[in-house]
Amino acid sequence: MNYRMGAAVLSLVGLFVSAYLYLYKIGRIGTLACGTGGCETVQTSVWSRFAGVEVSLIGIVGYALLFAVAMAGLRPAQTARRWPAQLLAALAGGGVLFTIYLTYLELFVIHAICRWCVGSAVIIVGLFALALLGLRRTD
Amino acid sequence: MAASPIGMNRFYTILGAVAVVGIGLLGYQLSKPATVSIPANVTVQPSDTAGFRGYVKGSDSAAVEITEYADYQCPFCQTFATLQMPTIDERLIKTGRLRWRYRDFPLQQHPYSRIAAHSAACADEQGKFWPQHERIYEGQSEWAESRDGADIFRRYAREVGLDLAKYDACMSSGKYAGRIQASYEEGARAGVSSTPTLLVGGRLYQGRFDSDAITRLVDSLAPRATSAR
Repeated sequence: MNYRMGAAVLSLVGLFVSAYLYLYKIGRIGTLACGTGGCETVQTSVWSRFAGVEVSLIGIVGYALLFAVAMAGLRPAQTARRWPAQLLAALAGGGVLFTIYLTYLELFVIHAICRWCVGSAVIIVGLFALALLGLRRTD
Repeated sequence: MAASPIGMNRFYTILGAVAVVGIGLLGYQLSKPATVSIPANVTVQPSDTAGFRGYVKGSDSAAVEITEYADYQCPFCQTFATLQMPTIDERLIKTGRLRWRYRDFPLQQHPYSRIAAHSAACADEQGKFWPQHERIYEGQSEWAESRDGADIFRRYAREVGLDLAKYDACMSSGKYAGRIQASYEEGARAGVSSTPTLLVGGRLYQGRFDSDAITRLVDSLAPRATSAR
């Protein structure tokens, strides 16, 4: 598998994680599977929305975009192009910055950790790393 | 850097496996039954109503008492609770002129009314009926369309500061189902057929009300003391 394949798989996993949190937030799923109990605290806090939009919905859109770019970059006509790697790096970089902000809120403002959010943080950092490796590869 | 056909096949296999697992897990979560249900066909026992005649706020010495029969899932009740009650509270209840009694009247067509009423009853055990009551009404648009209202009520319970272990035990027991049914039957016997309905001095008032109408009603029943000139 090359870096774009890895990015596609990771972004699909991230998409499902975000969808799970979003379905919980809109009341379509019962309690969250979260051993610490911190997930509910985080998900029901005022910081579970950003600029009036559910953070999990932002996650769904972000991961869907990353998935689409990674898949587009795998098409034969695009594999040698540099733009998919650049766009992946830009999107994932934005995601990492947003995740740093959210993790700061969890640790120092809400004082609760949501395992699913940690999972998403690991995924977005992994995506960013793959995007950077992909960029280096196409230098 | 084009991937070989074998590499692409392996990639699509992994992608497909992730998709199947992800969709499967989400589908399983979506299809799980609601965590709590409060039965409507309970037989009311004397112990269900012993000493309980609704949730009351206001002074014992208030000149007027209004009993409200309401349904948490009824949109008019929601509008009344969120838009009119704060003014009624400030203008009449906190000034000692009016005592408010809230009684459950869960309508058949509303699947979450009884769970909502039970959630508020469980909050009452911890002295937080009114915060939970207000939160449930505020969030009506959120839970009325949801798949598991009970879970949203639990979230509200957390927000208003309830002890969740006690709250969960109370909800699972369904211990107030009889009391809710008793309230419904009592309302029906008094002639209540829709919500919200107000019972004031033996007379029923049905329909939409605003805080000005309630103020006029209280004024007519207990004229305000005029200050001496």
